[in-house]
Amino acid sequence: MLDIQSLRAGIAEREILKGIDLVVNPGEVHAVMGPNGSGKSTLAQVLAGNPAYEVLGGTVQYRGEDLLELEPEVRAQRGIFLAFQYPVEIPGVTNAYFLRSALNEVRKARGEEEIDPLEFLDLVEERMKLVEMEPSMLNRSVNQGFSGGEKKRNEILQMAVLEPSLAILDETDSGLDIDALRIVAGGVNALRRPDNATIVVTHYQRLLNYIVPDYVHVLAGGRIVRSGGKELALELEERGYDWVLDAA
Amino acid sequence: MSTAIESLVNREYQYGFVTDVDSDVVPPGLSEEVIRTISAKKNEPEWLLEWRLKAYRRWLTMKEPHWPNVHYAPIDYDAVSYYSAPKSVKPLQSLDEVDPELLRTYEKLGISLTEQKMLSGVAVDAIFDSVSVGTTMRDELAKHGVIFCSFGEAVREHPDLVKKYLGSVVPYSDNFFAALNSAVFSDGSFCYVPKGVKCPMELSTYFRINSADTGQFERTLIIADEAATVSYLEGCTAPKRSTNQLHAAVVELVALEGATVKYSTVQNWYAGDENGVGGIYNFVTKRGKCAGANSKISWTQVETGSAITWKYPSVILQGDNSVGEFYSVAVVNNHQQADTGTKMIHIGKNTRSTIVSKGISAGQGQNSYRGRVQVLPKAHGARNYTQCDSMLIGNRCGAHTFPYIEVENNTATVEHEASTSKIGEDQIFYCKQRGLSAEQAVSMIVSGFCREVFQELPMEFAVEAQQLLGITLEGSVG
Repeated sequence: MLDIQSLRAGIAEREILKGIDLVVNPGEVHAVMGPNGSGKSTLAQVLAGNPAYEVLGGTVQYRGEDLLELEPEVRAQRGIFLAFQYPVEIPGVTNAYFLRSALNEVRKARGEEEIDPLEFLDLVEERMKLVEMEPSMLNRSVNQGFSGGEKKRNEILQMAVLEPSLAILDETDSGLDIDALRIVAGGVNALRRPDNATIVVTHYQRLLNYIVPDYVHVLAGGRIVRSGGKELALELEERGYDWVLDAA
Repeated sequence: MSTAIESLVNREYQYGFVTDVDSDVVPPGLSEEVIRTISAKKNEPEWLLEWRLKAYRRWLTMKEPHWPNVHYAPIDYDAVSYYSAPKSVKPLQSLDEVDPELLRTYEKLGISLTEQKMLSGVAVDAIFDSVSVGTTMRDELAKHGVIFCSFGEAVREHPDLVKKYLGSVVPYSDNFFAALNSAVFSDGSFCYVPKGVKCPMELSTYFRINSADTGQFERTLIIADEAATVSYLEGCTAPKRSTNQLHAAVVELVALEGATVKYSTVQNWYAGDENGVGGIYNFVTKRGKCAGANSKISWTQVETGSAITWKYPSVILQGDNSVGEFYSVAVVNNHQQADTGTKMIHIGKNTRSTIVSKGISAGQGQNSYRGRVQVLPKAHGARNYTQCDSMLIGNRCGAHTFPYIEVENNTATVEHEASTSKIGEDQIFYCKQRGLSAEQAVSMIVSGFCREVFQELPMEFAVEAQQLLGITLEGSVG
């Protein structure tokens, strides 16, 4: 599904990713861990196509296409979803309107008809149950005045409605209390299917108690310095990152 | 590297075409003789000619105002032609008699004078250049005693009403452009809703400018008698022109005791090209008077067009407990300039006013909000709430705010809130990551920003306004 080779990227002329290799197959969950400043979020942003970041080298193939050539909205329409670390507020635009517009763009790209507003409401209300959100949240402005936990749940709701092939969760656990963490993780797990994949970017192991990864990668200094199974995350929790860094 | 937000390329102005109709044009320049000619062409009574001449003489003593925060080359008032009417304007019995070329123009603009409008419940008094050429729904309105006709017709058929109210809200001496309008106004709309009548439909008028270099001097007068209610929609589109065109309209609204007047505008005059060449100078005086107790006047405007906009739809709150409202969206892109806002003048007791202004600046556009809230000594318990928000798109545009607050009664409550925001890269990227294009994103973010104003518009206008906003800002994000 996703094949990243020797990816180098940076921001403001500073190289952050210094050669990333990563292969993600359908049905897999990959955790990308690492200390602050290691380039985890940069990787997520570059895959989503944030124009603030510049690709300096390497290739990324996504379902047989050169991902780096695609505009961010096209990537989204082809099934790449980024759950933002800091979800953005859009005052005056209701959550429902925003989400339906997004869904319709994705559907159009798939050659499907636009969704009927009533059908949409049924769908979204059903998906809201996954993340234990009240239907009244639909009529509030996108992320405006939402608590940290509400914002993160809203990201997962969007993901649940858009049904991406490749979901990238960028520090989705940051700022969440344990209940919110459980709800968010529950939503993500409910959406796992054999034909989609998830990349979980996180600093802490605790999220991985709920979203159990198939692979764990440790990112440090812009490179993946170690890869392993889910037990690697536990080891990191216990021993910290220094141990891996020293070994690398 | 991302350059983030840049200027976009404007879509070609959709309504830029010129209709080839034989026009009856007065030679350029202004003199008493020209005014007499205009008045004679319109078969006006002597008192109106005298009024025009007084206005003209006053105008000669006045200076063009230069306090607005806009810049343009001096206007040569002697190069302007002050009257243009499609020829052969003898009264028409049906649409079949209307010049087919005119009808085609309306069709291109999506203005239908036929059953469609009847079905949608909108009576249209379409103004082509300066003379009204067709009116619908007259019978339906007449049943309720509502008078809705061209200004010229009102002068002929309802001279007492015109005489009583013309200049009663905006005197001819009010300002330079109002004086000019009073001297040379060509035509416009007139509406009178009698006591206790709720006008059975939304009234709308489409203004357009067609002849090259012909100034447009529309005059609108709307009177809601005691306990009457009327909602009026004004939409503007103008064919594309390379030379600047002056538009100096005057709108007067009168609300007597217990009456309500709602006036909504979507203004989309030609704004000039992306280099700031051409476009309409829209110098308009709009004012309403809440003359009676418990009356209400509400202005809603969406200003997306014109090279320069200078207008302050205002309310004189004379009657006790009267209410004034001003909801505005003003958008400037490329080289457009707008200096717009309102005046709320509290005279009566317990008068209330609300001002919600949303200014959006893109390209190299300059947008100024200018508002005056005045509470006079006898306005016990007066209240005003002002909210004034600016949004910037890109980093070459400007937003300016000039609020004036004068309170002479210590029981008054005046609130002013203001904010300035910028459409962020992060907002646009967020939308794109959900599958929306940059243009959809901008349109959505801006519509959200303007929501409080859009919801004041009648339904059909709200949709049009949202589309116009999208078109105006097209290409403002790279």
